[in-house]
Amino acid sequence: MNPDHVIEVDAIRKAYGPTVAADDVSFTVRRGEIFGLIGPNGAGKTTTMECVEGLRAPDSGRIEVLGLDPVGDRRALQLRIGVQLQEAQLQKRIKVREAVDFWQSLYPTAVEGGPLLRQLGLHDKRDAWFMTLSGGQKQRLFIALALVNDPEVVFLDELTTGLDPQARRAIWDLVRGIRDRGKTVFLTTHLMEEAERLCDRVAILDHGRIIDMDRPAALVERHCPQRTVVVATDFPAASERFRTVPSATTVRSLGGRHTIDGRGDALVTDIIHTISEHRMPVSEFRTVLPTLEDVFLTLTGRSIRA
Amino acid sequence: MQAMLRHLLHLTWLETKIFVREPLGVFGSVAVPVLLFLVVGRIAIGSTDAQAIREAAPGDVEFLRTDLPVFVAILITLSAVLSLVTIIAIYREGGILKRLRATPVRPPTILLAHVLVKLLFTAATLGLMVAVGRRFYPIGFDAPLAAFTVALAFSTWSLLSIGFVIASVVPTARFAQPLGALLLYPMIPLSGLFTPIEMLPPGLEMVARYLPLTYAVSLLRGIWSGNGWSAHLGDVAVLGLVFLLATAVASKTFRWE
Repeated sequence: MNPDHVIEVDAIRKAYGPTVAADDVSFTVRRGEIFGLIGPNGAGKTTTMECVEGLRAPDSGRIEVLGLDPVGDRRALQLRIGVQLQEAQLQKRIKVREAVDFWQSLYPTAVEGGPLLRQLGLHDKRDAWFMTLSGGQKQRLFIALALVNDPEVVFLDELTTGLDPQARRAIWDLVRGIRDRGKTVFLTTHLMEEAERLCDRVAILDHGRIIDMDRPAALVERHCPQRTVVVATDFPAASERFRTVPSATTVRSLGGRHTIDGRGDALVTDIIHTISEHRMPVSEFRTVLPTLEDVFLTLTGRSIRA
Repeated sequence: MQAMLRHLLHLTWLETKIFVREPLGVFGSVAVPVLLFLVVGRIAIGSTDAQAIREAAPGDVEFLRTDLPVFVAILITLSAVLSLVTIIAIYREGGILKRLRATPVRPPTILLAHVLVKLLFTAATLGLMVAVGRRFYPIGFDAPLAAFTVALAFSTWSLLSIGFVIASVVPTARFAQPLGALLLYPMIPLSGLFTPIEMLPPGLEMVARYLPLTYAVSLLRGIWSGNGWSAHLGDVAVLGLVFLLATAVASKTFRWE
């Protein structure tokens, strides 16, 4: 195993009866990065992650985490990883502090509970029952439990699903903090915005298969190189001027608003140049960049939200 | 091994505290049997006055001496089993079992902690029953309490293992309570608690002989009325066998998620 690789997954397959949840899935996660497994609900993200965590055994294929076999060396691996499971709960009437205390008692070495809860903004809630916590607080508690043993790799499965945007952003900051302290983060999400903002690299999973894998920006560049610039101007011959821009492929004009499609970053530069050359009075200027959602649409022909 | 014991004690203590916080948990498992014991006792005699008891019919005295305490003890056991089934179903549905299994806790420890909590509350209920009995129940007699506690704990331990089998088959937490009750409570009239099983119709007698509860009733009644353990080796053997069989079945059928 390459020492820089924390997780190596090689051609795993997992089926539940006739349903193939993971089909020939291979990827590697490098030390110190946030790696995201992304795709729509039911794509096989959780199944794949739970195989890597050692909670499930794949039907075939090979997995190595920190040089260990997740199923065969499960006990040894558990001490070095931290997990947060999708849709898991705790006992309704367990106190935050009791949960952290119990988790600490399970590991031979554990970080101190007080600073951990403070860092996750749960210190004031340490005597609250689990059932009284908000969705964001519950997820922060699960992050705390995943960090209690000072793990080398942290697994986060659909961490922000069901949270409001503000709570979601707070969680993103926490996850970046985990990486910045030198840990590796492996997460799943069906939220493309989350993947784009949080992940260093992503693998797109659809129907149990990985359809592509790279840095989010590189995936967008590869599959959706088109750029769109929207300009509003009352300059008389704007439409004709924009059509002469070499990197522009189509120009649609409606009233004084022009939508210019083209390829690559040159388009934006070229349009700015044209505007300044003709001294056009501009009341609106907007560039529309494709996102991972567009990448998914291009690769599968389906919207990820469908 | 030492870590396992430490985890078990920690989790048992944690689950005990959580159970006490349940709004009806302690009331249902401790207060209800004790109140039932007191109220039914009073109704049977019509008075707790010592004079009235001396004049009571021998059948009534027999009821108060043996039948009622054994009946309440069986109720304590069955409500422990039912409570276990419900808790396991809720924990499974909420992903709590799965979350615990993703830690270094060994899976049997998680389940054993619940068994210990149930035994703890069974013992506490019995203790309270004896305490209020001493105070409000003026029939002086010496029941072999230590032996009875052991018999009750052993019967409960054995029947709780059936609880895990039931917990394996209940589809959702919503069904756990009614389905568990449907499987457990019909055992009461067939267990020889009210009618000796020899007096049941032959078909029902056959059924009764296959019910684990029948042997728990026989053991508890015998020990309560002063029999030695040697008179109940058969009951102990059957309950031990039930434990082994149910545990073997549950270890194959138990679902963690």
